[in-house]
Amino acid sequence: MLDRSFIGLETKPRAVEVEKGQLRSFAAATGEKNPIYFDEAAARAAGHRSLPAPPTFLFCLASLAPDGENVIARLGVDMGRVLHGEQSFTYGEPIHAGDTITLKTRISDIYDKRGGALDFIVQDTEATNQNGQSVGLTRTVIVVRNG
Amino acid sequence: MATITYHAVDVGETLPPHESRPITRHVLALYCGASGDHNPIHVDIDFARKAGMPDVFAHGMLSMAYLAQLLTGWVPQDQIRQWGVRFIAITPVHAKVLCTGRVVEKFEADGERRVRLAIDAHTDGGIHTLSGDAIIALP
Repeated sequence: MLDRSFIGLETKPRAVEVEKGQLRSFAAATGEKNPIYFDEAAARAAGHRSLPAPPTFLFCLASLAPDGENVIARLGVDMGRVLHGEQSFTYGEPIHAGDTITLKTRISDIYDKRGGALDFIVQDTEATNQNGQSVGLTRTVIVVRNG
Repeated sequence: MATITYHAVDVGETLPPHESRPITRHVLALYCGASGDHNPIHVDIDFARKAGMPDVFAHGMLSMAYLAQLLTGWVPQDQIRQWGVRFIAITPVHAKVLCTGRVVEKFEADGERRVRLAIDAHTDGGIHTLSGDAIIALP
């Protein structure tokens, strides 16, 4: 059973830059066809100040940002036994290339099901841009397979 | 992109479906680097087998990115207010992902007109992999 004392733990704020090259790599990896996500001229023509970060990229920023605390490892979780259970996004101001996004993650809940065969870790992340505006909230539910 | 308006949309209406290309091992490698999700279970078959899996499998977030393309193929991204999914089955390597959406509710909130969509992803092998909903603002 995972240590419930981690519930309520908040990570130190982590800042990460939204890089144009990373956005283009993401567009290529996901087979993106809409040019606003990889061609800056198309993005500007559509009213964006630079390449926009696509809807799930906020989750990627959380992976790309340095996590000095590594809560999942400290919980003793083996990455080979991790599955993604649920994911949601709520959006604020748009995110574009060149923005610096600061992320703060809270472990909101830890619980188990099926007599401990599955552990669940609920993480809520708040994201703000360089102007202090909220750009979104994400909720991630991680499932750990035991046995 | 044709502008979708609140009055022109009916409950029960479906979105134009979106199908991904096949998720090859190469796509998984590209997504690993591009997304920052470096969990080896998606790209390293030796690691996957040691973890008790028969093979590598696709990142759930790759399928969610395809569902995002379903949404942004329908409306500009800044009209997406909130959305979420449950990952209900693993997406095997080589699968194509078929994304579908349907309008299930029309309502007003925070001074704007919105619709709720039911969204789903299935593999071309018929596995139901993601299920969720999305709140979209419409002019």
